[in-house]
Amino acid sequence: MSGNHAFGEAAIRAGCRGYFGYPITPQNELGEYMAEHLPQNGGVFVQSESETAAINMVIGAASAGARVMTSSSSPGISLKQEGISFLAGFQLPAVIVNVMRGGPGLGNIAPAQGDYFQATRGGGHGDYRTPVFAPGSVQEVADLTRLAFDVADRYRTPVMILGDGMLGQMKEPVEFPEPLTDLPEKEWALKGRGEGDSHYMASLILDVMEMERHNWELVRKYQAIAKNETLYESYMLDDAEIVAVAYGTTARIAKAAIKRVRKEGVPAGLLRPITLWPFPKEPLQDLARRIEDFVVFEMSTGQMVEDVLLSLEGKGRVAFHGRPGGVVPTPVEFSRILYREYQRQVKSEK
Amino acid sequence: MKLLNKWPVYYKKDVVTHYCPGCGHGIVHRIVAELLEEMDLGKRAVCVNPAGCAVLAYKYFDIDMIESAHGRGTAFATGIKRVRPDLFVFTYQGDGDLSAIGTAETIHSANRGEHITVIFINNAVYGMTGGQMAPTTLLGQKTTTTPGGRNPKFDGYPLHITDMIAPLPGVIYAERVAINGPAGIQKTKKAIQTAFQVQVDGLGYSIVEVLSPCPTNWKMTPADSFKWITEVMAKEYVPGVLSDKRGGAA
Repeated sequence: MSGNHAFGEAAIRAGCRGYFGYPITPQNELGEYMAEHLPQNGGVFVQSESETAAINMVIGAASAGARVMTSSSSPGISLKQEGISFLAGFQLPAVIVNVMRGGPGLGNIAPAQGDYFQATRGGGHGDYRTPVFAPGSVQEVADLTRLAFDVADRYRTPVMILGDGMLGQMKEPVEFPEPLTDLPEKEWALKGRGEGDSHYMASLILDVMEMERHNWELVRKYQAIAKNETLYESYMLDDAEIVAVAYGTTARIAKAAIKRVRKEGVPAGLLRPITLWPFPKEPLQDLARRIEDFVVFEMSTGQMVEDVLLSLEGKGRVAFHGRPGGVVPTPVEFSRILYREYQRQVKSEK
Repeated sequence: MKLLNKWPVYYKKDVVTHYCPGCGHGIVHRIVAELLEEMDLGKRAVCVNPAGCAVLAYKYFDIDMIESAHGRGTAFATGIKRVRPDLFVFTYQGDGDLSAIGTAETIHSANRGEHITVIFINNAVYGMTGGQMAPTTLLGQKTTTTPGGRNPKFDGYPLHITDMIAPLPGVIYAERVAINGPAGIQKTKKAIQTAFQVQVDGLGYSIVEVLSPCPTNWKMTPADSFKWITEVMAKEYVPGVLSDKRGGAA
């Protein structure tokens, strides 16, 4: 199954009952999958007039208590930022998939990782964070989509899944968990006041002290997410003397490169952030106590590398290698970088 | 004995209004609150508020409400109604919200025939931001951004958005009314009642455009504002039923 289809199937099995989206390559197969399968599973599919409308439909459906999803690719995700800010302000759960492509502007339709800053720094206006999951395989698309819905509901927050054109288009075997049934009712949802008190969901908070209180309440939630939900993978790190740091598609390429250079006697390993926000800061700090050399690989001109530098707090030596514009690097290319950086280290020790 | 002026159940008591003297919002709010009670809709109603003066409508209504991003009210309402078709969902929007920044959402929710009701307050000006030109501002009308009066050469023409969407097959009922005196207020209530009933009957999309006074930004007295609606505004935006497909025919 393709990554794009796996997003859809995993969402339906996670209890997603509303999908709102607008076509954009390279993620169209996701919307098409939802159009066919979501109504069969008791959900609603709406092809909206724009990405802006789609994310606002998501807000409406989320406010009424449904598990909901939208998806797009880079230019479309920019248009959704207004709504993501509102979701954060309203404290509403929703899952947003970004199948990244080359940019800025329309860019192209090839795989890229240029939206890291936008995804991890909130993206829209205002003082908020968005948990970001970065799957590295189609199986992980399925697993992290399920997790994304759970995290969104548990913390009442929008959650982003950051893939790229490669992950969306490629096909791999995948196993799905059993569909969730009987999700707990959301007490806070809008459902008509019935016999009780009326609910009001506001994002306008004119009183500055009240707004500040709201901001700090969000911060406490983000602190809990950072404490409980940070995910990463350690690959061949036990005896490593040089650490590659990469996520998603780039991490797969880095793994292949590590296997190659190990045959040449280069003891390389990989730290793969699975959550990009919260970023796995402590694991990197732990590695820096025994390893000097880090190489960050990205399909961008250098975005996650800033989080690596912030995490290491001046420790270690950080090299960066990036290929923006939709160019997918090869394992041979990464191998050369790892080999070169390791030789440099060996020389400097002599 | 019948109590003629009962306080509506879904209208909060002991609230000091933030609306200016002579503003039409309070009148339309009261009408909506009365209808929610009379039509027994309040318990399952969800209202989507706009950005604009009526962003604070929650201060007055005692029903479930959410505040939309500027212009996105009918997209919010689409999301709510699609996943909870049993709810009674309506938006309350101004002319800037509905016919400028939210034009796409307005047209496409109407074209999809969403089962929602739209209450459209047209006062020909941006109220909350201090009286700038709206798409509905009349030619020659002075606003803070058309200090010499709206000039079509630079500012375009008054946008008749309700007339634009009225012919769409998905728009079951569209009517324009005016808050310009007791008769206009009665007609407004009747129009909103009809529009609400369209949703209750599961027929589809309904919209009521209300020509509504904004004395502060028009720089008129409330009495002159009523007069201006009758003598000037209603000549551009003529009240009446713009579409009625309740019988089934388009």
